[in-house]
Amino acid sequence: MTDHIVKAYDDELNTLHELIHHMGEMTVQQIDKAIQSIIKGDEKLAHKVIETDDEINLLEVKIDELAVRIIALRQPVAFDLRTVVAALKISNQVERIADYATNIARRTLMLHDMPHLPLVEGLPALLKIPKRMFERALVAFATHDLNLALHVWHMDREVDELFNEYLTELFNAMIADPKNVGPCTQLLFAAKNIERIGDQSTNIAEAVYTLVTGKQFKESDPQ
Amino acid sequence: MDIKIDVKHLNLFYAEKQALHDVSISLQSHQTTALIGPSGCGKSSFLRCLNRMNDIIPSARCEGQVILDGEDIYARSVDVVEVRTRVGMVFQKPNPFPRSIFENVAYGPRIHGLFKSKADLNDIVEGSLTRAALFNEVKDRLHQPATRLSGGQQQRLCIARAIAVNPEVILMDEPCSALDPIATAKVEELIDDLREKFTIVIVTHNLQQAARVSQKTAFFHSGYLVEEGETGALFTTPQDERTQGYITGRYG
Repeated sequence: MTDHIVKAYDDELNTLHELIHHMGEMTVQQIDKAIQSIIKGDEKLAHKVIETDDEINLLEVKIDELAVRIIALRQPVAFDLRTVVAALKISNQVERIADYATNIARRTLMLHDMPHLPLVEGLPALLKIPKRMFERALVAFATHDLNLALHVWHMDREVDELFNEYLTELFNAMIADPKNVGPCTQLLFAAKNIERIGDQSTNIAEAVYTLVTGKQFKESDPQ
Repeated sequence: MDIKIDVKHLNLFYAEKQALHDVSISLQSHQTTALIGPSGCGKSSFLRCLNRMNDIIPSARCEGQVILDGEDIYARSVDVVEVRTRVGMVFQKPNPFPRSIFENVAYGPRIHGLFKSKADLNDIVEGSLTRAALFNEVKDRLHQPATRLSGGQQQRLCIARAIAVNPEVILMDEPCSALDPIATAKVEELIDDLREKFTIVIVTHNLQQAARVSQKTAFFHSGYLVEEGETGALFTTPQDERTQGYITGRYG
């Protein structure tokens, strides 16, 4: 797209994109660290994840402020307006995803006094698709890639299936030995958080759909 | 919705230079249509075609049809004075006559013989000033010179003058460009009220104003009508790249 006549306007919109990119990158790191902490029982790492969440919350505030400023000072219309609205929505979703990472890190601390369960090793496999969805949704926003956004949206079904399989494994472990109920419940929460990363990523994909097409996304007709 | 003015394949030439190319658009009754586009795009020229104001330019030549309530205003049998009575105009700069407030509004009804008695004329003047949202501000000084009014009041007086002859369509060419934001807001509020009775076409360089006052927006570029549609849709999801570029400030 051609640049704006007013260069500062372009700079502001670029900054909006950069902030979301930065927030997204940080959140991906948070997710990775959270999973590492829970697998290795690394409480130090878990604490680090919990502390870092504040920085991500601050980034969301920063994005909100910049978006409001652009609306007030530039009165964006058409694609620009949709960009600002998408940025507001997406920063909110990213913030939620970062919260999930923090929640997973909290499970690490909760699991501290509980017996170790080999089932924890299943979390990275569970995370693989949601994380990929999240990364791709962010790329779709940065590059206005409609097809990639739709692809992300379709990936979510697989996440749901894997989550249900993992859930069955957890239930079986609990039935097999009541001592497993404690750690399995923590793992269940962690798994649910991972599954939610996929859901939030589809929300980002839907925001990209609206950004690119100007239409609201309808579940009934994903192309 | 009824069509008030149906423009079909309109071409406009100033001597050899073609100012409008095959413009077709239907203007709905009781709606405000905003015409937007960069300077020299043909939007004002188009506006002036709607009440044959281009007739006064010797080199101007028009092809195509401008159909007002089913009748082509460029047909031979049509009386141009009657056209301009039915399709009134308000200009960029408020241009009251150097007369009293009362006489400015009474002028049109006088030359068209639109009243039977003095009381009739008083009613027309008061009604027009009221509809132009000016009466309360000037009721105690109707016989003072109109030039003493503020710019915003003068523009509302010009609107009162335009509506005094009971037109059906009001054309506005940048009616707020010389006004401050408060006066602009008053005129915009007035435009919204007026469309209950009239059909309004407004040329504006102020895109936010077009978005605020109109139901339909038409984007002109280099003498072509590029895109027209419901205002909300045009400002959120324009279909043409050129419209997108212009309204987002990427034009150049």
